[in-house]
Amino acid sequence: MPRLRDLASLIRSKNAGPFQLTIDVLFEDLDTFRRVAASRVLSSEQVASLYHLDPKDVRVYEFEPGRAIKVSFPRPVVSGDIFDSDVTGGQQYGPLVDLEVP
Amino acid sequence: MSELRYLAATGSLGAGFKESSLWAGVERRPDFIGCDAGSTDGGPYSLGAGGWLHSPEATRRDLRFCLLAARRAGVPLLIGSCGGGGTDEGVDRLAAMAREIAREEGLSFRLARIYAEPDREAVVRAHAAGRLRPLVGAPEISADSIRHSARLVAMMGTEPFAHALEQGADVVLAGRASDASIYSAIPEWRGFDRGLTWHAAKIMECGSAATANRRGQDCMFCTLDASGFVIEALDPELRCTPVSVAAHTLYENGDPFHLIEPSGTLDTTEARFEALDDRRVRVTGSRFKVSPVYTLKLEGVEFAGYASLMLGSVRDPVLLGQLDSWLAGMRHQIEARLQVAFDKPIPYQLSIRAYGASGTLGAIEPTPGFEGHEALLLFDVVAPTQAAASAIMKAVNHVALHFPVPDWTGSITGLAQPYSPQVLDRGPVWRFNINHAIEVDDPLELYRFKFEEVS
Repeated sequence: MPRLRDLASLIRSKNAGPFQLTIDVLFEDLDTFRRVAASRVLSSEQVASLYHLDPKDVRVYEFEPGRAIKVSFPRPVVSGDIFDSDVTGGQQYGPLVDLEVP
Repeated sequence: MSELRYLAATGSLGAGFKESSLWAGVERRPDFIGCDAGSTDGGPYSLGAGGWLHSPEATRRDLRFCLLAARRAGVPLLIGSCGGGGTDEGVDRLAAMAREIAREEGLSFRLARIYAEPDREAVVRAHAAGRLRPLVGAPEISADSIRHSARLVAMMGTEPFAHALEQGADVVLAGRASDASIYSAIPEWRGFDRGLTWHAAKIMECGSAATANRRGQDCMFCTLDASGFVIEALDPELRCTPVSVAAHTLYENGDPFHLIEPSGTLDTTEARFEALDDRRVRVTGSRFKVSPVYTLKLEGVEFAGYASLMLGSVRDPVLLGQLDSWLAGMRHQIEARLQVAFDKPIPYQLSIRAYGASGTLGAIEPTPGFEGHEALLLFDVVAPTQAAASAIMKAVNHVALHFPVPDWTGSITGLAQPYSPQVLDRGPVWRFNINHAIEVDDPLELYRFKFEEVS
């Protein structure tokens, strides 16, 4: 089974403001984008389970013009709070990289 | 006006751009030049401490070119979120820099400053009247939270920029602004379609980030007309493609389809991105839904204490094989020590993080177990004063360095520390404490303006 890293041209995370994290998974072509979207490997439930979040807080968007799947959720620790570990939110996507895509 | 052209100098004032790109943009006869100068990206420090986002040296270089370009072209220069956090002091700092540059270069212009720190009691009254709405992830707030925020800013929309321009300003230095409002102000004022206006602005505010082959930050050019807009990089080697421009709508936005701005929501669901050639993209179909209520996003920080840190690495497989239990025992010993180390116990907050296990993701790390041959331990303390934080961390340091494990008989040193002094004082720290939108009746009511002739 391919991993997400084999299918995606870019996987990145960033703050959408200090209180929210957003993860983008971009694909080179529409077919691959549609395949991964259809696989539901990046559903609210899957992401919530992986990151120990409440699925109600995880929103997933399929953005076809950008050939991208976006996942957004409230940051468990607000950016720059006293024991935050990732002020810009740039390295929060690691657990998704090796997800197997059916 | 059937067409409006504008130039974004770069994504962030101080991030830099090529001189050649800027002058190429001036040759295209833009109607204005814009630049965003602030961000919450670096955390609460910019807003709390009032530091520069990029260095003053790099900011000055970019500002000099922006002023020279705008005066040569005879068009307005709009800069938003001055000073990084967009505080009143940040605006004044950038204005002082602009006056120095004007003196050095022999430039004359009418300068407007727009201050974005609202009167606290006005915000407290709005809160009491139920006119503050929490945004995603917002903490609970009270009148006290509003009053004791160290800094509070309201992200302005287009109207304060338009007001400054109506008063004859050539250069507008604004406090905290919605990044896209910097680039939406003049198009809206000139009656261009709001959907196209705001979508173009959202892309342009990041400079050359929407190109397919970006190499660093650089200028971008936008041509807006009645039915669409064209995005183009000014460096001839940079290319925008439909996907690179569309993908940029994703960047730093929680929802790619509905982007909330002060006067309404940008809806990109029907936006279409087409290639005009191999490096220019035309966008059509973006829409704007005007909100019945005008809202401004409030950003606030509260003082959180003073911090000290200590770090050290562990290379011993025996220690690494029992990292969790060693650290649990160590913390217990630290707490006991701190109860008796001083004349009176000092309140503190302590964090011990193991990089190599769960440093980056913390509590949401799916695989927190340690694997590997070395770990980095990061100890952080926050306390009411710097002296207290330092004193606490010195005590922590001593316990941590020599905390034993059953396997080794005798005194051990469990950390490899790269620095002398081992304890590093970080200074004051802040945290974001407000993430709310405030409803206002008049888009200008929270802002203050100052005008002057610079020559």
